[in-house]
Amino acid sequence: MTATTTARPKVTFRWRVVDIVVAAVIGVAAGLVFFGWNQVYNPLTAPIEAALPGAQALLWGVWLIAGVLGGLVIRKPGAALFVELVAATVSALLGAAWGPLTLEAGLVQGLGAELVFLVFLYGNWRLYVAVLAGALSGLAMAINDLVLWYAGAAPAFATIYTISSVISGAVIAGLGSWAIVRGLATTGALSRFASGREA
Amino acid sequence: MTSQPVSAGASVDARGWGWRHAGRDGWALSSVDIHIDPGERVLLLGASGAGKSTLIHALAGVLGGDDEGESRGELLVNGRPPEAGRGQAGLVLQDPDSQVILARVGDDVAFGCENLGVARDETWRRVASSLDAVGLDLPLDHPTSALSGGQKQRLALAGVLAMQPGLLLLDEPTANLDPDGVTEVRDAVGSVLDQTGSTLIVIEHRVAVWKDLVTRVIVLGADGEVTADGTPAHVLGSAGERLAAAGVWVPGFPPAYPVRRREAPVELLLHTEALAIGRTSAVRGGIELEIRAGQALAITGPNGSGKSTLGLTLAGLVTPVDGRVVADGLRGGLGPEPIAWRSRDLLTRIGSVFQDPEHQFLAATVRKELAIGPQALRLGEAEIARRIDELAERLRLRHLLDANPFTLSGGEKRRLSVATVLATRPRLLVLDEPTFGQDSRTWAELASLLAELLDEGSAIVAITHDAELVDAIADAEFRLAELVS
Amino acid sequence: MSILAPIVGPQAVYRINPVSKFITAFLLSAVLVLSIDWVSASVALALELVLFLWAGVSFRTFVARTLPIWIAAPLGAFTILLYGRPSGETHLSFLLVHITDGSIELAIATLLRTLAIGLPAVVLFITIDPTDLADGFAQILRLPARFVYGALAALRLIGLFLDDWRSLELARRARGVADRGRIRRFASQAFALFVLSIRRGSKLATAMEARGFGGSTPRTWARESRLRWPDAALIVIGVLVALTAATVSIATGHWSFVAAQ
Repeated sequence: MTATTTARPKVTFRWRVVDIVVAAVIGVAAGLVFFGWNQVYNPLTAPIEAALPGAQALLWGVWLIAGVLGGLVIRKPGAALFVELVAATVSALLGAAWGPLTLEAGLVQGLGAELVFLVFLYGNWRLYVAVLAGALSGLAMAINDLVLWYAGAAPAFATIYTISSVISGAVIAGLGSWAIVRGLATTGALSRFASGREA
Repeated sequence: MTSQPVSAGASVDARGWGWRHAGRDGWALSSVDIHIDPGERVLLLGASGAGKSTLIHALAGVLGGDDEGESRGELLVNGRPPEAGRGQAGLVLQDPDSQVILARVGDDVAFGCENLGVARDETWRRVASSLDAVGLDLPLDHPTSALSGGQKQRLALAGVLAMQPGLLLLDEPTANLDPDGVTEVRDAVGSVLDQTGSTLIVIEHRVAVWKDLVTRVIVLGADGEVTADGTPAHVLGSAGERLAAAGVWVPGFPPAYPVRRREAPVELLLHTEALAIGRTSAVRGGIELEIRAGQALAITGPNGSGKSTLGLTLAGLVTPVDGRVVADGLRGGLGPEPIAWRSRDLLTRIGSVFQDPEHQFLAATVRKELAIGPQALRLGEAEIARRIDELAERLRLRHLLDANPFTLSGGEKRRLSVATVLATRPRLLVLDEPTFGQDSRTWAELASLLAELLDEGSAIVAITHDAELVDAIADAEFRLAELVS
Repeated sequence: MSILAPIVGPQAVYRINPVSKFITAFLLSAVLVLSIDWVSASVALALELVLFLWAGVSFRTFVARTLPIWIAAPLGAFTILLYGRPSGETHLSFLLVHITDGSIELAIATLLRTLAIGLPAVVLFITIDPTDLADGFAQILRLPARFVYGALAALRLIGLFLDDWRSLELARRARGVADRGRIRRFASQAFALFVLSIRRGSKLATAMEARGFGGSTPRTWARESRLRWPDAALIVIGVLVALTAATVSIATGHWSFVAAQ
């Protein structure tokens, strides 16, 4: 098996086994973190909602981290979607109140992020793309929640909720995930991925 | 009638083979030339980082494709490149937990057969005979999470065996096991080899375990070139000393035991009163222990006997289920029970070193990691810098100060976790399996460091199944019997 | 994986193919979610409670596992009570809060709806074995095996992640940083968990590849997964419950399509 390629690794869109398993692992870990986050944030929701109804969505970007993080780490088509689905599955299995619709929520949120990565042809993984992916994911979450779960809410609530979701998605899921990936890369945990090898 | 796991051994050929990981400048292995005949049993030795693992992974065909690195030269298993014949080489890795794939024993063993396209009936026949060959006498729906380390490794071996590979590759299979598990696995491998006649390549730094099982020892140098090759007796005789210096546990060349200035024990630092430990309900009760300055207590016992929980309880991290832990000699103005202290107060009184150093890493560089404890104590900048310097010197971490803790090698991580604990100068140290899976050089360093600390007046509680460590530094031993559930 | 271990028992529900349970739960939720009214939700809930009895899940287990729903449902309903679209007589109003007839009715509907959707999902899911579900996804729904089993193997690591999390917490106490800053500590622990879990995942991937996973050979199945008539029967029952609820609601004029709000 003689080498004919140069030292720079070539980019491929086919998923390797390590891509699938690590994507699933990120989803599982994210699902657990969501679960833990629920215990922590519950006390915070009520006062925020009392102050400005709909603004509690500012905390919910945490639910969107899975998709953006998955996309940034794995860098293959479908990564954001797959990781959000796995995280949602774990969430559902641990006892989320919305049953199989948790999965549907994960699907919608994942699609939001996936769309942005697609638009950039799965080749641009910089900060602003991550922020956009988080923001669109947040928008998708807001629409999904307002139609299915807060149906019948007043327009003021709906507006505040949507704007909060988008901001939360952009900051927590977008900026946050990007920072997490950079941190992960420095620990050497991503050595088998392109995301771990660039400076 | 179960089918005999029959597979003739595979031959291995490496001609000028080298590998470079993507994104790195240097070649991990530059030129390997080896020929192994079918049925040979080879022990692969060499200093840590000599690329042995890379070679084994390449033979199993799991190194990754062009996007992960490049190769040169030729590497053949039975005359074909490893990737071409999936299933002709079976790989067993070091970490028992990361190799269990499915939740039930039978399913896990059947996994390989499913991937190779084996028919259902034949699959289950092979599952039965493989479990038999490794001595795992368990029902097929037994949960894999309920297995001990040694059982998990044997399960992995069975799963590999079910694929009927001609080449058996073992990458430090017993490094993470307690002494019982080590023997279990070694015996299982022996029995498998007898039945199948496969070729074996095993990497391990504890030579004594495999010496009698293998027919040939190959030593790889820093670049992967073969520096010694022959029968065990021949190689260990000629290169034994050199290997021991490089960290291999060579029988006949044991690491130096530290010399301790054992004085009469004086001050009582901590004692327990009818202590009962456990998670939610008592797993062990009526424990009475005394820990004195300058003394080392070893807590021993088989895996699962509650050693770690006892250590965590003594260190003030886990609440006792019943009874008390009283730290009169350490309290310095606080209450008598460590569990009630704030975590900042623990820093100068009791230091804990966890079994997995990575659980304790908080910072992005080694320097910042060492500073965390002193910073929590609100020490001045100059003092913190001084302590970091001192520790870096003492534990040979100076060249690593700007590296990320997660990128360190196993021995370096262990030294760093001990260093972070020493930064705040606690009088009592609780260490959970400090010499776990370490090579002989790191072992000797740790043993001598612990001896120094004891001579300086600290007390040590070491949870360990390493009999040599107990011999070398322990003044007393507290043995926990196996839990009967 | 004790937190996800399915409960087992002799009743028929335990032998039903997990894919069928999955589809049933999904269809039920999909229909019920389309409307926000108390009639469809309560009819569905009543029928479901009858079926729960037949399913033979012990009362204690039922309450324990469905607890999150019993907490989340009233919370969600409360939000709607305060901020729901106002209509009818106003009972209380300050700032953005408007408790009106309309919002009370919507709140009740939300409460019942959340219960009607969530409870059967939990009851069905707690009897599903993940490996069997994966077999069903791969063999019956023909989802790509690499993704299904890759995800299954990763899911199995949950138990280890929980152990890691516990160790990470204790380690922070030992390092002197556990006294304050709960959120910052949570973030630091979450990061460490990601590092450890990705490491484990990479090793697991290597182990799976070493067993031939992900290769080009067509896969065989050691455990067969098929849909038999009891499985189809469950789906039919689910559809009937959903349709009955919808029909009663439409017939009594309470049906209120969500997107029309």
